[in-house]
Amino acid sequence: MTTGASDMDEPVGTVVSDVDERVAVAWDTLRGIADPEIPAISIVELGLIRFVKARHGGIEVGLSPTYVGCPATEVIRRAVKDALQDAGVGDAQVTHVLSPAWSSDWITEAGRRKLHAYGIVPPEHVSNLRDILRADRPVACPRCHSVDTENLSEFGSTPCKALHRCRACLEPFEYFKCI
Amino acid sequence: MKGAAETDAQALFRYVLRLGDLSLVLGQRLGEWVGHSPALEEDLGLANIALDLIGQARLLLSYAGEIEGRGRDEDQLAYLREQGAYFNAILAEQPNGDFGQTLVRQVLIDAFQLELYERMTDSMDARLAAIAAKSVKEVRYHLRYSSGWLVRLGDGTPESHQRVQTSLELLWPYTVELFAEDDVDRAMVDRGIAPRLSEVRAAWVERIEAILAEATLKRPADRPHAWHGKRGQHSEHLGYILAEMQYLQRAYPGARW
Repeated sequence: MTTGASDMDEPVGTVVSDVDERVAVAWDTLRGIADPEIPAISIVELGLIRFVKARHGGIEVGLSPTYVGCPATEVIRRAVKDALQDAGVGDAQVTHVLSPAWSSDWITEAGRRKLHAYGIVPPEHVSNLRDILRADRPVACPRCHSVDTENLSEFGSTPCKALHRCRACLEPFEYFKCI
Repeated sequence: MKGAAETDAQALFRYVLRLGDLSLVLGQRLGEWVGHSPALEEDLGLANIALDLIGQARLLLSYAGEIEGRGRDEDQLAYLREQGAYFNAILAEQPNGDFGQTLVRQVLIDAFQLELYERMTDSMDARLAAIAAKSVKEVRYHLRYSSGWLVRLGDGTPESHQRVQTSLELLWPYTVELFAEDDVDRAMVDRGIAPRLSEVRAAWVERIEAILAEATLKRPADRPHAWHGKRGQHSEHLGYILAEMQYLQRAYPGARW
């Protein structure tokens, strides 16, 4: 996605010296970090990583929160810092990126498949919603695929999910909200 | 020129505190429901909204601290300011009452934040524009939740209808303050930082009337109402909220997790 600038001072010691390689190693490392609340999916698949840049002697990562009050954001920030340090890309700086605001549209296709397999219905694309304030078309149950489902609450176990129930198989399930 | 720049910064500081304090105090109030809601789903719902509001307050108070330039961070502003230095509208600090009263207060403020933030996404102040763009996504879900409940309660049993109608009569006068414009608000409009409150109000009224109609509730009459919260003069309720919220930092200054 991003490559480092070539005029950068090269780091010394055990740090991977080639700038492009350092960025590539950083991306690989980030792809291995699971979301603390939804461990089935990585933070890259969730679309939280906005950029990776090589900087003097290290790496800078742009991270967006899904919801501003989400307690997982701080956990993720620390996990990113630790993992990058362990990966030998030098000092890791995590920059909080607020704008443009994170959108559930940024969850990758692979991420959506993993969410569904995990039992969480992936979000509708924002542009498909007529009006977020009104009821949408029914969400299909991730287990039996029935569309005879109901919304129990706009808020589930985390800010990013709503709670639904399937009237056909009677199982409750979560829906990743569209924002 | 320096004097003018300082005045500008002071007005912006005050304005950002008003927004941040509204979210912080309302979030703190909603937190009181944790473990006491009528059902587990509502416990989760109200706690999640509180979490979003406190997240918004963190962004706003951090920014306010930077504008002020005296080294105060979000925590110092939240935990070490006296009641008179809080500038939220008094509606936010009103007691929870029953579940219906909490939801009435929530609908009134959610709709206000929605109409305000939607118009602030193109603010000349890039930081406020970013905070508004992020927050408005969350506020839409808050209003979806609160207005959904208001419709169910208003158009529910005679008992639930009567209760939320009474709450609406009780809280309606406090909404005057949300749209009361003073020098700070006018300075923000002049600098293209915030929308005109009369414009926000017009959209808010339209939205609220539609929700009330669906909920079979009657819109209370508008009456003049004194407002002081945005100037730092509060009802007796805020002191109790702050006493609980600030206790730990007052008793153990500088305590950290």
